[in-house]
Formats: sequence, structure tokens, C-alpha cells
Amino acid sequence: MDMSRRKALKTGGGVALLGALFAAGFLKPQDVRAAEWNKAAFGGKTMADTLKAMGAGSPAQSTSITITAPDIAENGAVVPVTVQSGLPKTESIAILIEKNPNMLAANFDLPAGTDPLVGTRVKMGQTSNVYALVKADGKFYTAVKEIKVTLGGCGG
Amino acid sequence: MADPMKIRAKAEPNGVVDVKVLFNHEMETGQRKDAGGNIIPAHFIQNVTATYQGRTVLSAQWGPAVSKNPFLNFKFKGAKGDKVQITWVDNKGDTRTDEAVIG
Repeated sequence: MDMSRRKALKTGGGVALLGALFAAGFLKPQDVRAAEWNKAAFGGKTMADTLKAMGAGSPAQSTSITITAPDIAENGAVVPVTVQSGLPKTESIAILIEKNPNMLAANFDLPAGTDPLVGTRVKMGQTSNVYALVKADGKFYTAVKEIKVTLGGCGG
Repeated sequence: MADPMKIRAKAEPNGVVDVKVLFNHEMETGQRKDAGGNIIPAHFIQNVTATYQGRTVLSAQWGPAVSKNPFLNFKFKGAKGDKVQITWVDNKGDTRTDEAVIG
């Protein structure tokens, strides 16, 4: 294999390649950002570690965040959760499940023009507090709802 | 190629588009074991991007705790007749893009 090919391959794929493409002007910043996945946050095994990895520190409780979800989930593998934020300049909404092996289930970045609302379905291993973590105007806020689970959904 | 997702994009009277997506993905947590006692490797969607008229209207990062065959609902300012695209990328680098006309 000639040296220039080896060098090109060494520059690598994945995030490094994205970085190179971004620098070369081929990708817009939002494309690169879309590919980021916060490994530290998704790997967090305590609420404190997870919040720290997300830059959330000690978020304030907010009554402007609504979590819509069943009080009792029959099937922990498929628990519907909708979060709506009434906080101005909501930038992102994340869903964290306290008793799951890793707390962070999902994070949604919401650009201007997108409603501060997300709905999805999550797996819950057992009865647990479910937290909504909202970033609004650069600050973090939370709300919590306990969801009881009769049949745990993490499998195994 | 990965299985298609089902996208329903509905224009509401106030200029808001309600999008509901049903993804087709195993969302394997990497915590389960097979009959032989071996861990079934994690295989789950990590990134979801929704675009409209060339700009991103939603950018999500998921972990394996999102349910199998994920459901997603979100709303953004848009108009009937335009299109919305949804793209996902999983932890193996597989990807899929589907689009729907806003009805």
C-alpha cells in the first residue's frame, strides 16, 4: 500500500474523520454536533456522575416541567414518557431513570422553532424515580415522577 | 439496508407540525445473555436527527434504555406539503434515513 494511502487511513474514521471533514468545510457544525454521543453521561452509574458528565451540576427543581407517564407501568420494557417544558429558551430535554444500571436514557436537543416537548418509550428495570432534566437558557432544571413497574424491562 | 421507520407528520392549525416516528431497531442493551450464557452485544441507536428545509429540527442522543422499536414524538414549526427527514445512526455505524411529507 503506498504511503499516502496509509496516511489517509491512519487519519482514521469515526469522530476523527468527522473532525477532518468539518475542518475542511465539508460538514456544517450541526452535523458534527449531531454525531456526538456523550459516552461519560450514558455510562454514568450514579445520578451525580451522570449529571456531572452532562454539565448539569446540581439542577434546580422546576414546577414548569411536566412529566406525563403512567403511575404504574405494566411492562417495564415499554414505558411511555412525555416531557414538556414551560421554561423559556428550553434547549434540551433529557430523561433519566434512577434505578436503571445507567441512568441516562435519552437526551433531545431542541433548536429554536421546535416545541419544548418530547415523547418516547423507555425501559425500566424496576420501580424508580424518573427525572426530566431540562436545559433552559444555559441552566439546568429537573422534575421527577415515580413510576411503579410490575414487570422489569431490562431483560436478563 | 436497515428496516424503514414509519413517520407520521401532521400539520396542526397553529403552524406546528406534530411528528410521530416508529423506528425499527432491536435496541439491544448488552445486558442480556443468550442460552449459552454469553452476553448478547449491545446494538442500539445512538443518534437521531430530524431535518426540515435543510436545517436540524431535532437532534437526539439515545442509550440502550430506549425501548425496542423506538417511538418518538416531537413538534416543530413547519408547513403542510413540505418534507421532514429522520436519520438514525447506531453504535455499529449502521444508519438509515427516511422522509415523510407533512400532511
